[in-house]
Amino acid sequence: MEFSRSPAVRVGLSIAVATGLYGVSFGALSVASGLDLLQTMALSLLLFSGGSQFAFIGVVAGGGTGVAAMSAASLLGIRNAVYGMQMNAMLRPRGLRRFAAAQVTIDESTATATGQSEPQEQSRGFWVAGIGIYVLWNVLTLAGALLGNALGDPAQWGLDGAAVAAFLGLLWPRLKAREPAAIAVVCALVTLLTVPFVPAGIPILVAAAVAALAGWFSSGPPREGLEPDVEPYPTEGHR
Amino acid sequence: MNLWIWILIACGISYLTKLAGYLVPARLMENPHMTRVAGTLTIGLLASLTAVNTFSSGQSLVVDARLAALVAAGVALWLRAPFLVVVLVGAGAAAVARLLGAP
Repeated sequence: MEFSRSPAVRVGLSIAVATGLYGVSFGALSVASGLDLLQTMALSLLLFSGGSQFAFIGVVAGGGTGVAAMSAASLLGIRNAVYGMQMNAMLRPRGLRRFAAAQVTIDESTATATGQSEPQEQSRGFWVAGIGIYVLWNVLTLAGALLGNALGDPAQWGLDGAAVAAFLGLLWPRLKAREPAAIAVVCALVTLLTVPFVPAGIPILVAAAVAALAGWFSSGPPREGLEPDVEPYPTEGHR
Repeated sequence: MNLWIWILIACGISYLTKLAGYLVPARLMENPHMTRVAGTLTIGLLASLTAVNTFSSGQSLVVDARLAALVAAGVALWLRAPFLVVVLVGAGAAAVARLLGAP
């Protein structure tokens, strides 16, 4: 099959555009949170995992310390290890390719690959989505950060409201069943109950501990919550 | 600056986490408990971040224009709007709520 006619390449490119676009909101929110342009770009270039990046700036914006921001981002990135294992089994990258593959292993590149059945298509889907998102995400983070710098007072433009919407948008696709929804409600309540009593940033880590315990002792589906933020293969039907 | 250190540590941990999946023997990560914990941790952290960014201001709980953003974003998501539209709707709702006098 020709590269340009490959269905995996088509899916990979469309998911790259859809996901890359919200790099604009990350860039704008990051500078509104108080990070400078270089710090914002470091997160997109080096950390490169949307949810973790939003978590880092979300904790900083709420007055949390660097340690709390780093911890929240790192915990949220744990699912990438599961994806890495899946992709290693599926694509078997060798040598330097393995180190490049690790950097572009995120929700969307994994989902694009696992949605294909032929080995060649799985590989194309992973690399096109992964590299495509990496390039667009970084270009649009830069655009968003420059735009955010030009906006002036972040509150006047509702940028704190944009952060709220971004987190709800990242959470939403993972709430398709009753059990994940229950975990989300419990963790939100635990957070609000602890906010007045511990320093900023810590309530998020308390909620993480509760969520981890719920995962360890519950009997829900094994892949609960590991859905991508933007679905590469949108399905019809109800949520 | 101090924040730089934590940014770079977070970047290092992120890459090592991704790489661990490629290097760690498969049976360690195939433990169904570990996979489920990775999933519930993601849900719990995102729910917690949503709550903190909506209702907290330092160490106190407040209800302000950000609640309008939460509700508006929820409606947009329910109507299956794409991510970027959801974010813009959230910003717009908070901005309008402030224009109308919300704190």
